[in-house]
Amino acid sequence: MTTDAQPATALTPVLSRNWDRPDSFTLQSYRETGGYEALRTALNTDPDSLVNMVKSSGLRGRGGAGFPTGMKWSFLPADNPKPRYLVVNADESEPGTCKDIPLMLANPHVLLEGIVISAYAIRSSQAFIYVRGEVLHVIRRLKHAVAEAYDAGLLGRDILGSGFDLDVVVHAGAGAYICGEETALLDSLEGYRGQPRLKPPFPAVSGLYASPTVVNNVESIASVPSIVANGVEWFTAMGTEKSAGFGFFSLSGHVARPGQYEAPLGVTLRELLDMAGGVRAGHELKFWTPGGSSTPILTDEHLDTPLDFESVGSAGSMLGTRALQIFDDTTCVVRAVGRWIAFYAHESCGKCTPCREGNFWMVQVLDRLEKGEGTEDELDKLLDICDNLLGRAFCALGDGAASPVMSSIQHFRQEYIDHVEQGGCPFDHRKSTVWGADS
Amino acid sequence: MSRVDVAELVRSVVENRRHERGPLLVILHDLNDQLGYIDSTVVELVAGELNVSRADVHGVVTFYTDFRTEPAAGVSLKLCRAEACKAVGAERVVEHAQQVFGVRVGETTPDGSVTLDQVFCLGNCALGPAAQVNGKTHGRVDENRLVEILASAETTERASATSPGEPS
Ligand SMILES: Cc1cc2nc3c(=O)[nH]c(=O)nc-3n(C[C@H](O)[C@H](O)[C@H](O)COP(=O)(O)O)c2cc1C
Ligand code: SF4
Repeated sequence: MTTDAQPATALTPVLSRNWDRPDSFTLQSYRETGGYEALRTALNTDPDSLVNMVKSSGLRGRGGAGFPTGMKWSFLPADNPKPRYLVVNADESEPGTCKDIPLMLANPHVLLEGIVISAYAIRSSQAFIYVRGEVLHVIRRLKHAVAEAYDAGLLGRDILGSGFDLDVVVHAGAGAYICGEETALLDSLEGYRGQPRLKPPFPAVSGLYASPTVVNNVESIASVPSIVANGVEWFTAMGTEKSAGFGFFSLSGHVARPGQYEAPLGVTLRELLDMAGGVRAGHELKFWTPGGSSTPILTDEHLDTPLDFESVGSAGSMLGTRALQIFDDTTCVVRAVGRWIAFYAHESCGKCTPCREGNFWMVQVLDRLEKGEGTEDELDKLLDICDNLLGRAFCALGDGAASPVMSSIQHFRQEYIDHVEQGGCPFDHRKSTVWGADS
Repeated sequence: MSRVDVAELVRSVVENRRHERGPLLVILHDLNDQLGYIDSTVVELVAGELNVSRADVHGVVTFYTDFRTEPAAGVSLKLCRAEACKAVGAERVVEHAQQVFGVRVGETTPDGSVTLDQVFCLGNCALGPAAQVNGKTHGRVDENRLVEILASAETTERASATSPGEPS
């Protein structure tokens, strides 16, 4: 990642620090760059102090919702005699999100170190990593890293002579986006169909096998060793007051140098685009998602919105997974939204009616609109369906599906109407693809 | 495989996994890897071994995309059709594959040699278009490279998540 101009906010490579080493994924390489040192420190610290440390660092969940990680850990009931579980959510399948998978591929040991520290902090001796079934290469790499860690005494009995035991199981999903939702994930881990459970009770009280369970995103857990190693002040010096620290910003789409940029929260899209070589040459930014397809789209008006939880919220969207999908002026917004909704329709688990039926019908309507066969009234129909989805679906997948539809109509209503009036799509789709741009 | 052999295989797979908690998904992964698919005979056998209803097992098999209910071909070709790969030509590769093999996405060639499937993101976005052939991920796939990769896949073993082996 080279930078053309000196950006106002500099990158903060922590989890990606060793990515350019050819053997970054090996235990040896991770150790050469200081890996597993934080674990030694942690194992000499009282577990409750570690929970407090993570709490005061202000680390917020990196899986989308941004719930404070230390607080989640402290919700585990002290008087429950059942075993406690740590479950790492590595199901990453939100359209546009590509941070956990590259991280686990390039640096699986930082996740494992985070798991041992976190499990020790919450007094759990059994952890699971639930990985998307599709990414066989990542599953292989994780299993290899887990085996390396067992051999080196970093997992298993009496870790580093501390008396602490921990087993880690890598569990493969089998192709279902909904299994990223934490309670659906738990059902899937128990061997059932992955459908969300009613909350409360929350997993902290009754999770895996009805035992107290912490479910955290890969990046949340992988951030823990750096906090233990460098301290709370180091962490809070990055980011904003309420959104502390650093995170991956994954840029994809119409941008010169797509990829994962690890930067402090609060960086702006303008700064990130500067580092990434800007929007595709000869084109302007049209719209973008701040955190994957489930977060309402933003436009070029929002280039200077700080990408932290609060600011993106006040701009009418959500920080989500920081999956910045960039679309330039060649992109038909109706088509893009149609593709996303087709995804949600396919991935709806079918448990509740608003989502199962709503997405099905939205696909039909969007398809008609894109082909120029729709009517202006149908925009209201779409909004009506969204109204029945948002806040009324059983889980957040339904809310996520309403986001692109509502926000695109809010920002680009005229473009929908153009389709109706012209009886077809005003865009040449080839121009929005890489090969079409050259011809 | 005869019915007796299948029953034997199911029994041994279940035996290997019985000690695990909530073993159904892991057992189905193993069987899907070893048999290539899970049909109603297998569903019945698994249900019997685990003492759960056939409906329970059927529900799980059909919920997850990765479990096949029909025989899989010698070569399993999965093409990524997510946004990043689409922007760099994934659709052309999909069309090409459909034409060459004369099947649509989700189908197997009549001679049973290739199954063509779609997948939404392999996490290989910077190197799209991406394809997964018998469990191995390939990047920068175009029409020509697809042919090369498939030719070499015929001769290599099926890689699966459950087989150990070096990460590739
Ligand atoms: C449909 C859906 C899919 C989700 N997918 C993921 C995912 O792939 N990875 C993830 O970490 N969180 C995902 N989440 C969020 C989880 O439910 C949960 O909030 C998160 O794992 C908590 O971890 P964190 O606090 O560390 O962010 C998803 C939520 C929904 C509703
Ligand atoms: S909102 Fe959709 S995914 Fe969530 S429970 Fe309802 S049907 Fe299932």
